[in-house]
Amino acid sequence: MTAPDTTASPAPPGHRGQTPLIQLVGVKKYFPITRGILIQRKIGQVHAVDGVDLEVYPGETVGLVGETGCGKSTLARCITRLFDITEGQVFFDGQDITKHNRRHMRPLRREMQMIFQDPYASLNPRKTVGTIIGDPFRVHGTVPRNRIKPEVQQLMELVGLNPEHYNRYPHEFSGGQRQRIGVARSLALRPRLIVCDEPVSALDVSIQAQILNLLEDLQEEFNLTYVFIAHDLSVVKHMSDRVAVMYLGRIVEIAPGDTLYENPKHPYTGALLSAVPIPDPVLAAQKRRIVLEGDVPSPIDPPSGCRFHPRCPNAQFPKCKEDDPRLTPHHPGQVAACHFPLEDRAVIEELAK
Amino acid sequence: MAEPLLEVRDLKVHFPTEDGLVKAVDGVSLSLGQGETLGVVGESGSGKSVTFLSVMGLITKKQARIEGEIIFKGQNLLDLPPEEMRNIRGSGMSMVFQDPMTSLHPYYRVGDQVVEAIRAHQPIPKKEAFAQAVSMLKRVGIPRPEERARQFPHEFSGGMRQRAMIAMALSLNPDLLIADEPTTALDVTVQAQILDLIDRLREEFNASVVIITHDLGVVAEHCDNIMVMYAGRVAEFGDRGDIYHGAHHPYTWGLLQSITRVDQPKTERLRPIKGLPPSLIFVPPGCPFHPRCPYRFAPCDVEIPPLLSPDGKHASACHLPLEDKERIFQEEVEIRA
Repeated sequence: MTAPDTTASPAPPGHRGQTPLIQLVGVKKYFPITRGILIQRKIGQVHAVDGVDLEVYPGETVGLVGETGCGKSTLARCITRLFDITEGQVFFDGQDITKHNRRHMRPLRREMQMIFQDPYASLNPRKTVGTIIGDPFRVHGTVPRNRIKPEVQQLMELVGLNPEHYNRYPHEFSGGQRQRIGVARSLALRPRLIVCDEPVSALDVSIQAQILNLLEDLQEEFNLTYVFIAHDLSVVKHMSDRVAVMYLGRIVEIAPGDTLYENPKHPYTGALLSAVPIPDPVLAAQKRRIVLEGDVPSPIDPPSGCRFHPRCPNAQFPKCKEDDPRLTPHHPGQVAACHFPLEDRAVIEELAK
Repeated sequence: MAEPLLEVRDLKVHFPTEDGLVKAVDGVSLSLGQGETLGVVGESGSGKSVTFLSVMGLITKKQARIEGEIIFKGQNLLDLPPEEMRNIRGSGMSMVFQDPMTSLHPYYRVGDQVVEAIRAHQPIPKKEAFAQAVSMLKRVGIPRPEERARQFPHEFSGGMRQRAMIAMALSLNPDLLIADEPTTALDVTVQAQILDLIDRLREEFNASVVIITHDLGVVAEHCDNIMVMYAGRVAEFGDRGDIYHGAHHPYTWGLLQSITRVDQPKTERLRPIKGLPPSLIFVPPGCPFHPRCPYRFAPCDVEIPPLLSPDGKHASACHLPLEDKERIFQEEVEIRA
């Protein structure tokens, strides 16, 4: 089966007519909640990802942002098929991989890799760095055994590690260096897609900048496609061609980074952007803050209609409570799911005069 | 000028370890006035937390070699016996930590933990203390405080736990609140709420606040003065304008150039600081930043630059002449701002 022609949003300029590398169609992932020890009864489910359509084109970086618990990491694991999905379809390079089992997925694993958040937890402390980076070669048998060491050392050099540290253990490295090890491991099989799940959140700002630059250089060199997840909007905006904003298991807005910042359409995007601290006291004082009340509702029983309505400053009743908004186009490349989208900044400033 | 609330003079905190002497804090001086907010910025291992743990008396002379003076309301805290220090902690100053899950006890109800803090310092009946705890929880913006006070920490979200921690810290009306990375574990929206809350409470309680962070963005909006630390020393000290619109230390420039900014069109590349922070056992000779500094010249690897202030408030520890600093900042750093 091939990918459907209908896509959630029009292809971004430069990618028209291309087959998306990743296409998600109505992807849902529910986790059951059970009670009982011997006889487990299902008493509910967590709607972690609840109907996501998204295309990622070759060579593009798509950012995913949202608060804790919005489903961005779950979505990442649905893309790489580390989870079986509940409903919907996942296409990789036009091929339906929704129902692929482990054996069928295995050749595809070479083409899609992940980089994880915590460089302390994602590296086996008992293995040397050389073994960790070389494991993909051993698992997939792409490189003869006697060639593994030089290949690994070449990878280490590529990501800015000293190849002489081949026999060291992860604890001998700092956080930033460990993240470089994770990057080297993900590059070993020359993948086409790398899903980066909060790759810099655990790092200091100066080290964070080093890793971000490294990821950009590697993208250029190997023509990589990135799905870049972070809760820090400024990092995501810096890295991404397009940014998708998630709230309670749904994508509420997709737009090119600058469009998103200039003219956010979804009130949640507006609130999220206005909460990002700006390292300039003068500009910071000028910015209008949209303060959200309360916490994110439980994904076990998400609100009816628009999921953002209980916290939305612009919600109008009963429309927002009853009618679930669909993603509709706004500016070029921008779609948002809101019945009463925000006005453009220019219009607001005009009215303010 | 009024007497500052807190004055630290040439504080040194050195930890003897098997590998050698860790110079976590190596000559830090600062002063903080009543009602002021100070932002302390630096990378992991720059000594920012150790400085303020020492101010709180949470690092003792048993654990480390501590030298210098910590003057709080005219008293040198380093000379006080532990019992008196315990009285100052809580009612004089208190601290909020990064991870609210590990700083709250998982077995006790949140309200009872606030009660414990109150009753440790005030001999009042439990009922009265509980009422006080509930009113504190209300003041930090926890909805339905009576009900919430009877819940356990795991029933709170990250932001709510941090609010509870702040309620506990402020329940004895301290003069100084030290917040060590109070929002690092939180989402941006919650971070903004917590920082606003700290701002509001500072006014209500007329307390002084220290916010320790590694993110220069966080402190831009909420601090009067900013202290940048590197390898256990103060690299730069100044008010917000001094730091964001005219920083004088190459390390501060590096930090400013490393941050991704949501309010600027995508720039080509970030310009991170090269290399890694030094080991605090083998601190580089001269200026500790010189191995990573692109502007180093003759004296940098020999002579430790003193923290000098040409105008009496904005100080930096760097050998570069003032004109060069101003020129470099305008030409190379401020382009992004």
